Amino acid sequence: MSTQTATQAKGAAPPGQFRRLPMHWLGVVPFAAFVLLFLILPTMKIVIGAFQTPDGGFTLANVSGLFTSSILAAYWISIKISFTSAILGCLIGFAMAAAVVLGGLPRAIRGPLLTFSGVASNFAGVPLAFAFLATLGPVGLVTVFLRSELGIDLRLLGFNILSFWGLTITYLFFQIPLMILIITPALDGLKREWREAASILGATNAQYWRLVAFPILLPSLLGTLALLFANAFGAVATAIALTGSSLNIVPILLFAQIRGDVLGDPHLGYALAFGMIVVTGIANAIYIWLRARSERWLK
Amino acid sequence: MKRLWAWAALIIGLLYFILPLVGMTNFSLKMRRGEYSFDAYAKVFADSRFHETFSYSVWMALLTIIFGVFLVVPTAYWVRLKLPFLRPYIEFITLLPLVIPAIVIVFGYIRLYNTSSWLPLTGSYVGTDILLVFGYATLSLPYMYRAVDTGLRTIDVTTLTEAAQSLGAGWVTIIGRIILPNVTVAVMSGAFVTFAIVMGEFTMAALLNKPAFGPYMQLLGANRAYEPAALAVIAFGITWACLGLMQLVSRLQKTPQRPV
Amino acid sequence: MSFLTLSHLQKSFGATKVVHDFNMAIDKGEFISFLGPSGCGKTTVLRMIAGFELPSGGSIVIDGKDQTRLKPNQRNIGMVFQAYALFPNMNVFDNVAFGLKVAGKPKNEIEARVKEMLKLIHLEHLADRYPYQMSGGQQQRVALARALAPAPQVLLLDEPLSALDAKIRVSLREEIRQIQRQLGITTVFVTHDQEEALSISDRIVVMNAGKADQIGTPGEIYNRPTTRFVANFVGTLNVIQATLVNGSTGALKIGEETLSLPQSIEGKADDSLISIAFRPEAAMLAGPSTGPAVLSGTVLSSNFLGSVLRTKVDLGGNIISFDMFNQPSAVLPKAGETVMLALQQDGLMVLGD
Ligand SMILES: Nc1ncnc2c1ncn2[C@@H]1O[C@H](COP(=O)(O)OP(=O)(O)O)[C@@H](O)[C@H]1O
Ligand SMILES: [Mg+2]
Repeated sequence: MSTQTATQAKGAAPPGQFRRLPMHWLGVVPFAAFVLLFLILPTMKIVIGAFQTPDGGFTLANVSGLFTSSILAAYWISIKISFTSAILGCLIGFAMAAAVVLGGLPRAIRGPLLTFSGVASNFAGVPLAFAFLATLGPVGLVTVFLRSELGIDLRLLGFNILSFWGLTITYLFFQIPLMILIITPALDGLKREWREAASILGATNAQYWRLVAFPILLPSLLGTLALLFANAFGAVATAIALTGSSLNIVPILLFAQIRGDVLGDPHLGYALAFGMIVVTGIANAIYIWLRARSERWLK
Repeated sequence: MKRLWAWAALIIGLLYFILPLVGMTNFSLKMRRGEYSFDAYAKVFADSRFHETFSYSVWMALLTIIFGVFLVVPTAYWVRLKLPFLRPYIEFITLLPLVIPAIVIVFGYIRLYNTSSWLPLTGSYVGTDILLVFGYATLSLPYMYRAVDTGLRTIDVTTLTEAAQSLGAGWVTIIGRIILPNVTVAVMSGAFVTFAIVMGEFTMAALLNKPAFGPYMQLLGANRAYEPAALAVIAFGITWACLGLMQLVSRLQKTPQRPV
Repeated sequence: MSFLTLSHLQKSFGATKVVHDFNMAIDKGEFISFLGPSGCGKTTVLRMIAGFELPSGGSIVIDGKDQTRLKPNQRNIGMVFQAYALFPNMNVFDNVAFGLKVAGKPKNEIEARVKEMLKLIHLEHLADRYPYQMSGGQQQRVALARALAPAPQVLLLDEPLSALDAKIRVSLREEIRQIQRQLGITTVFVTHDQEEALSISDRIVVMNAGKADQIGTPGEIYNRPTTRFVANFVGTLNVIQATLVNGSTGALKIGEETLSLPQSIEGKADDSLISIAFRPEAAMLAGPSTGPAVLSGTVLSSNFLGSVLRTKVDLGGNIISFDMFNQPSAVLPKAGETVMLALQQDGLMVLGD
């Protein structure tokens, strides 16, 4: 606040000097140009391309081309995996962060846990898939252990690493730490006095959580949920390295499409990518809407 | 009672994280039948493709970091100094790469900068390298911008600038000699995250057909059994080193840098 | 029979003992202040009364019922915190209604009670505001209303005013006292500000290093401190060294002057050195009519404090301050000037150790 007024005052101050406001804007031109060229325009290109015929005319054919059962199924399973891994990531990450912040565990655990979360949330992509193949794959550590030592055959139980649950479990490896990283500061922000004020006013622990702590955390929780969803929805590398192309999810479909392996219709590619933007866009719109509702009490 | 639950939650959680790490390490050592050995690592290190792709990615990472610093530091500084009302919008834009999938962005690049466009970056070898650096810079933008902006918050940008101006310093001097040294720690923590992201990145490099480390790992994974596990261990080591260094550096930041 | 009784209360954190054997009996409707320097254990005692800390020893009894081991939400106590601690996600109405709501009171009853409470603190018009939309003073008043709404048996306030501006601090403390009188609620008020404690309490407990040094009315605490710590902590105090001439008559010598105290001094040998203390207002410039207890000294400095003039004087090596009421015609003593000071004999205190 104070810097803002100071700056404005300064902008107007020196007598005899022009007030060259546009000069101020020159400072952000490089950044604006970069963002425009390498973030906004490429995205716009996809959006527009989704509604264009090869020679530039308007069409809805590309988008309506998405409505085939196999593509719809791909979207559906992508959304399911992303949503499930986001929800589970939120719940488990929350439980772990709460255990450390509020559960009375030694403070010494925090630093290492946060560092580890930083590492694990960045340990995504191809190597992560390898790690899970080596663990839960057909000859993985846990699979073999369960089969030879306990006589439990994961395959017979219907578990397969190249499946919905396999991918979800793998994604949790970066989803949970991301949640921990984001929610720990939020949990730290819960003041001890709020809990004490609630309890001296007669509230039980559950009432405190339902009426005070949860509503205060809700904006962060929703934001993280939206972020985790987008994070899983756009994850290409892990999925490809884990399943090859055996699992029919959108990012793999789009990847193959761009590579020219499968569909061969470039404008269907636009539509596929556009669909991804729409899905993450809707997820974030829901988030923004819920946040606005849950955050009336914030500035 | 509460503490029991807390321990249970933590331990079950940690088990989930440790098992895959144990699994990949275990697997990477089992190339030789019946005994543990480093054969898989030896194979990986002997592969010339490993060296090529690894050093290519290191170069890309360094270029991305340099470009990112040149892009982000002056912008974040300028916005704090002169255009503070823009901050929320800039912050929103820098978070977009977390929401728009990388595969969509790179698809846009391929269509927008193809050989027949006004800026045919994908037409030449160097052009695609540049495009890839820009792509990586986009992916790391959320982390870089946040780190630098947080760093700038801890110094009084306005006062420093006015002091420097009163001594006759120009903008380049102010940013290069005064602002940058004061946010070194923040820049470094952004740089380490960028490094980790670039080293593991797959989608952009694969779709731009660049010989980077990520696509190499994927290719090896499709064709070999034990080497991928060794690569995973190596990649985990790199990530761990980057993030560990970042933590170390940001801990340095908390102690005053100069005696005042 | 007292209403709130703390007996032999003790608290240790690990190996460090923070509260030693704290005893106190508070009557119904009394306004008690805990006064002491930061870190002396005031908050810890208060938190034990509230139930946030389990005492390491001793007991807490309210209205004949032992509460020592009850959880905070099983007690019937209201508390106001230093940093307001309003729930940020609720507006004023919901904050004040919180205690009634979790108690399962019917809606119309809650509404009536909240309205009554808001009227009490004169904030009816802000019922829809969120905490961030209010000043510190307004937030603290809401916190008070929230604490009072469930009609607690005891009200605890932990330095409720120390985050506020000086002006508001004074007006709000008067408001708190007035509301307390109106409701007749037994109140414990923690502060490190002696003026605050002196101005609003029925009785004050001066705490030092985890113990109650002295318990008494503001007048007793100020005029007849029983320990050197209390004398020093409450008000400004001048301490000078004197030689005891005759313990039984109370005669003593300060520098070359002899004077006698109204009471005899026991437990000290004649000719031994003793410490005599007096408040700045117990000394005055000596005129022709003043008695024999007159000391001469050199003025070091003189300050205008508004209603009083405070002068620092070197009395044979003892630096003391004395106050005069301000008058438009008053002349400030100048530095270096020699002045004669008369001490009010009933304002002199002999300090123990
Ligand atoms: N939870 C705790 N753990 C360890 N020491 C504490 C704790 N709470 C208070 N203390 C110590 O107890 C002493 C008294 O603290 P407190 O009651 O807060 O003092 P006051 O309110 O009078 O300033 C202080 O030295 C403080 O450091
Ligand atoms: Mg305290």
